[in-house]
Amino acid sequence: MPGLIENAGRAGRDAYNWVERRLQVEAFVKDSAMHPVPKSTASWWYVFGSAATALLVLQIITGIMLALVYSPSAAEAWKSLNQLDTSLTLGWFLRAMHGWGSNFMIAVVLVHMMQVFVFGAYKFPRELTWLLGVGLLLMTLGMGFTGQVLRFDQDAFWGLGIGASISSRVPFIGGYIVHALLGGPMIGGPTLTRFFALHVFVIPGLLILFASAHVWLVLKLGINEWPMPGRIVRRSTYVQEYNELSHHHGVPFVPGAVWKDLFFSAAIYGAVAACAFIMGPIGPGGQPDPTIIQTVPKPDYFFLWIYSILSYLPDSLETPFILIAPVIGIGVLVALPFVAGEGEKHWSRRPVAVLTLTTLAISIAVLNHLGTYEPWSPKMTAWSGYVLPVKYVHAENPLERQGANVFKAKQCQNCHMIGGLGGERGPALDNVATRLTEDQLVRQVLQGGGNMPAYGKNLSPAETTALVRFLETMHPIGEPPARESPVLAIESPDNTGNPLTGATAQVKATGHDSF
Amino acid sequence: MSTVEKEYKGGTQPDAHSVTEPEGHGMGQQESLLDADFIKHPLNRRNVLMTIGIGLNALVGLAIAAPVIGYILGPALRKKGYYKSWVTLGEVSKYPNGQTRLATFVTPYTTPTDGITDNTACWVRRTSETNFQVFAINCAHLGCPVRWFPQSSLFMCPCHGGVYYQDGSRAAGPPERGLFEYKWKIVNGELQINAGQLPTLSNQASVKGSSPCLG
Repeated sequence: MPGLIENAGRAGRDAYNWVERRLQVEAFVKDSAMHPVPKSTASWWYVFGSAATALLVLQIITGIMLALVYSPSAAEAWKSLNQLDTSLTLGWFLRAMHGWGSNFMIAVVLVHMMQVFVFGAYKFPRELTWLLGVGLLLMTLGMGFTGQVLRFDQDAFWGLGIGASISSRVPFIGGYIVHALLGGPMIGGPTLTRFFALHVFVIPGLLILFASAHVWLVLKLGINEWPMPGRIVRRSTYVQEYNELSHHHGVPFVPGAVWKDLFFSAAIYGAVAACAFIMGPIGPGGQPDPTIIQTVPKPDYFFLWIYSILSYLPDSLETPFILIAPVIGIGVLVALPFVAGEGEKHWSRRPVAVLTLTTLAISIAVLNHLGTYEPWSPKMTAWSGYVLPVKYVHAENPLERQGANVFKAKQCQNCHMIGGLGGERGPALDNVATRLTEDQLVRQVLQGGGNMPAYGKNLSPAETTALVRFLETMHPIGEPPARESPVLAIESPDNTGNPLTGATAQVKATGHDSF
Repeated sequence: MSTVEKEYKGGTQPDAHSVTEPEGHGMGQQESLLDADFIKHPLNRRNVLMTIGIGLNALVGLAIAAPVIGYILGPALRKKGYYKSWVTLGEVSKYPNGQTRLATFVTPYTTPTDGITDNTACWVRRTSETNFQVFAINCAHLGCPVRWFPQSSLFMCPCHGGVYYQDGSRAAGPPERGLFEYKWKIVNGELQINAGQLPTLSNQASVKGSSPCLG
């Protein structure tokens, strides 16, 4: 037996040598693996780049698996996804792995980018590494969007409509861009095949190319050292200092640093698999039938913040913002290593950088959170789906109770919360009577304003009166409703009565009668 | 820049594992590709055939590739109105006077793999015996499908909260204009609309009442 193992070992060695003598990559592989890296970089903070690469590999493998079944035809795509989910062995799991893998990949790429930024790794001589990284970020997001289109459901369909509407805002050539993007005048078969070609061939090809060059640069230029306050990057001395650091205080990349990468990648794979197994595949939602309009289209999480921005922009700013902001954003990322290619790397000496990143991260997180519940959108079913809490219809007065009916029937609750139920487009109305006088309520209902439609043509005078009387009851017990300021009290010094009752009641009554 | 022999502090000599200076130092040791004979003197006797060969490939490549751009951009380069034609929304009597109803039609320009995406919806508002308004389903903001609420006579968009009055004019929210309208006509008792492309700010359902350009 020992002889057998010895023989097998010798045969394996011979085979290795036979291949290596012809292929001759040993020197390169050895150099790449054994090159010394500064000891401080064998850190858990340096694992995100390799994790992103690991996820790219996962996406390629699961993507090929899905392509065995997926049909890139607008007539068949949705059905083939359902077939994957329901009738093929582990089809659901592969779809789930691909979907969750994409979520993880975007998250890991963003974390990697933030870490690189905070550690000043984009500075000399790693400018090109950063630029390729910016390209990789855009491509990863591009994969996210095109992948969401390939999940050809209602969200994908109307998401394409949003993409087309955004493109149409480009001056002069917007219309042409829309037709080129959709492959025709409407969203249909040619649209899906175009996005399929992008998602499966064009972007992945570029992604692999960029990622390879990115890793090549990391090998050639060395991994960024752990920044220290006061250690200044200068073009004239940096490389010499870096070599000294890696040779004197260095460890070979394999195994000194790589074991953490391997542990983290395994953890990421495990986390993707756990999410896939527990939460299952993402969609597909309803079938992409353009005549089913009872739908609330929404992008995947990584684009929710853009979706939120688009609801908050004033209409006059929207087109300029959509067209200019991405150019500025990408321009800043591209310019960064050239503008700030030297100097301090440590975060404690770069307050502007840290503040900028924190502000951006918080803004995007907040916008993303808003995007999950869309306070700007009317809740389409609130008027018929939510009750009006009993405590708000306590009124003895039939007119006020009739007003509550008008409130429900005219969909007011779609935009206005009452008792915690309803839309958030407009203000909650629980205490509206303490903010607006009866006249102001009448004016607001009839003329709208402040982002509220005018209901003047949609309500009869009787309905308006009832509605306003109902709204007048919307004040806390013990806190009287708002009244007009006692103009008469100022005009006639004789009047010394309570301004909230006697004097103003007359003004109010006059105002109301004139309506 | 000239090659500089560097004394590393601590006596470390540059070796295969060292990072080389990306700007000048170290690069001069071997000749740059840009200094190669075939780049510096492309028209030398021994280089000229290769140069011609490259030129031929570029020429043939361009001749083949240029028309293929038409393959990619073809859908965008159709003549104005190519995609549009008159489609029927059915008998006029389907649409009661004074009401707004959802209508569906099959888009006139189709391809074999479109499936159900060929179906399209629109809102038909009948204002009198002989007068109609036909609105695109797509919000003028970003194209989401608007819904009609007859009780409050409003169209509401689920995406960003665009709201329109019953005549299609903008009521609230981010849209910068009213709903897109299709041109319509009545032929033999049927309501027909001129449709065929996704209505957006650039490709409006019809150019009625607004500039054909942006906005």
